[in-house]
Amino acid sequence: MKQIPNTFKAGPDERGHFGIYGGRFVAETLMPLILELEQAYREAKADPKFQAEIDYYNTYYIGRPSPLYFAERLTRHLGGAKVYFKRDELNHTGAHKINNCIGQILLANRMGRKRIIAETGAGQHGVATATVAALFGLPCTIYMGATDIERQQPNVFRMKLLGAEVKPVTSGSQTLKDAMNEALRDWVTNVADTFYIIGTVAGPHPYPAMVRDFQSIIGKEARQQMMKAEGRGPDSLVACIGGGSNAMGLFHEFLDDANVKIYGVEAAGHGIETGQHAASLTAGIPGVLHGNRTYLLQDDDGQIIEAHSISAGLDYPGVGPEHAWLRDTKRVTYTSITDKEALDAFQMCAKLEGIIPALEPSHALGWVKKLAPTLPKDHIVLMNLCGRGDKDIFNVAKALGTKL
Amino acid sequence: MVTGGEALFGEGRIAARFAALKAQKRSGLITFLTAGDPNLETSLEVLKALPAAGADLIEVGMPFTDPMADGPAIQRANLRALKSGAKVRKTLELVKAFRARDQATPIVLMGYYNPIHRYGVPAFLRDAKAAGADGLIAVDVPPEEDEELALPTRGMGLSFIRLATPTTDEKRLPKVLQNTSGFLYYISLAGITGVGTYNPSAVAAAVKRLRANTTLPIAVGFGIRTAAQAQVIAGIADAAVVGSALVDCIGEAAAGAKKPAEIVASATALVRELAGGVRRASQPGA
Repeated sequence: MKQIPNTFKAGPDERGHFGIYGGRFVAETLMPLILELEQAYREAKADPKFQAEIDYYNTYYIGRPSPLYFAERLTRHLGGAKVYFKRDELNHTGAHKINNCIGQILLANRMGRKRIIAETGAGQHGVATATVAALFGLPCTIYMGATDIERQQPNVFRMKLLGAEVKPVTSGSQTLKDAMNEALRDWVTNVADTFYIIGTVAGPHPYPAMVRDFQSIIGKEARQQMMKAEGRGPDSLVACIGGGSNAMGLFHEFLDDANVKIYGVEAAGHGIETGQHAASLTAGIPGVLHGNRTYLLQDDDGQIIEAHSISAGLDYPGVGPEHAWLRDTKRVTYTSITDKEALDAFQMCAKLEGIIPALEPSHALGWVKKLAPTLPKDHIVLMNLCGRGDKDIFNVAKALGTKL
Repeated sequence: MVTGGEALFGEGRIAARFAALKAQKRSGLITFLTAGDPNLETSLEVLKALPAAGADLIEVGMPFTDPMADGPAIQRANLRALKSGAKVRKTLELVKAFRARDQATPIVLMGYYNPIHRYGVPAFLRDAKAAGADGLIAVDVPPEEDEELALPTRGMGLSFIRLATPTTDEKRLPKVLQNTSGFLYYISLAGITGVGTYNPSAVAAAVKRLRANTTLPIAVGFGIRTAAQAQVIAGIADAAVVGSALVDCIGEAAAGAKKPAEIVASATALVRELAGGVRRASQPGA
């Protein structure tokens, strides 16, 4: 694996491996379901009607393509590279998560599944899942950590309005990883009728590849839009990484463009050195959790360490296996931004661009803030602004010491 | 192959125990407990007392922070154990201490892959074997990932015990059986441990189907809590597995701040009752 591959876009292999990462580490009860899903997805992918359905909902329901926006005032403020935003925060439901949910619910429909489950951290994936379940008239149960329910009340209410049942998860750290454990427990119990819509590029094969495929529209659109805007492609890509779906969505299109520098930004929480962070690629060790081998925050005994980030959507001790592989092959540079840096970037974006970003892409912004000033003015940085910050205003107010 | 006079280990010890059960014309009782629950000292005392109370084989759970195939009872046991300082190394020490006094009762380690992965597969298997463990159940390592753990485990002379489930159909069964050794563990229902109820006639039909495909002994678990239930399952399979009921019993006794000896007494009372049920059953297939 020390060899540089000819292409970075061929993965995973037929067993779901990206290098040594990925795979299918699930209980036997789930194996037949995973194999059936893989088969169904392979067939759907080859069926032009399936792609046509996705295109229809992308255009008329989600509102794609999302704009590519030149952040002129931010660019001037930072005084270096030209900064562009891919504005996936303007999608229906306010984040990139819906791109994946439309794809998966159409697949669930093809497979005749009658019930939808999902896990959620910040609640963006939960809202997107509840939305598509409402759209297709299917009952939906969302697992959410009790801690996250507390800090993401607006999204909890949204999910309920959309007709979903939100089940609080009180086991473990009561955040995203525990919600995923609980969703897996539900799935293993309700194997006959249930479709599990995983929200990120993690989990057992085929999820990492499938979610990436559904999200890769972000990068495909961005390439065309950038050609139109600048007559050429971007020089650098920046996206935040929790599980890593918005990042894979942007990066995948450009992985074989050798001259494009790619940055994935993890959540450094209170600082990597404090141990209170969610930066599994920066400070984790390879292990096996939730169906795949990847970098994990874990102790010497292989016990999973609770992640910390001000952003509930990045608060996960693992990461998608394709990112683990891109890290080891050094195709992507992974870096991290603290809670405080993200909060600063959040406010900067609001004041300079009139856009309130979600706390998740505020981490990407935090890196852009450091990176752009070091680059020449003809350098183009493309950042995925993958979610809007309405859901975060209460937490940000609290962090800034403002009473609402 | 096991020859007379040699110490038994691994596949040999498990095979010898099932052969002995067959000679006694009865099914076995397999009990599960989580290593280090509620603490290491107490769990060692419970472990030591299980064979005399009627456990024929013992599954020792290796604690993990994220036991996603387990229900609330075993989740709580994992947390109690981790809180008391349980580690893979200490679990193996527990097995070693048990094995020093009991060379006949097979011990099967049961857990999730990550702690084994972190320990290092070759080192783990070497140390597990040296401690006197006989087999391994890794909940989240299916046949699709056999070269990870199943093949190295068998290469070390330890059994790799696989779960078959209600979703394991005819087409998949050969794959599940391929690298399984020691015995086959049939899960009575699609779900997590300690939650839900199974249909005994469906279990009987499933065991019949499994027997047509393998000569391995078949154990059945998930949802067995009482002596009466254990008796019914023992009439169907070669062994009945009881996990959550015993784990709950230990948990309740520990919550009552009882002394280790009292926790052992509660646990062994339950196991004696369950063993009574198993022994009342007619031999499977008879």
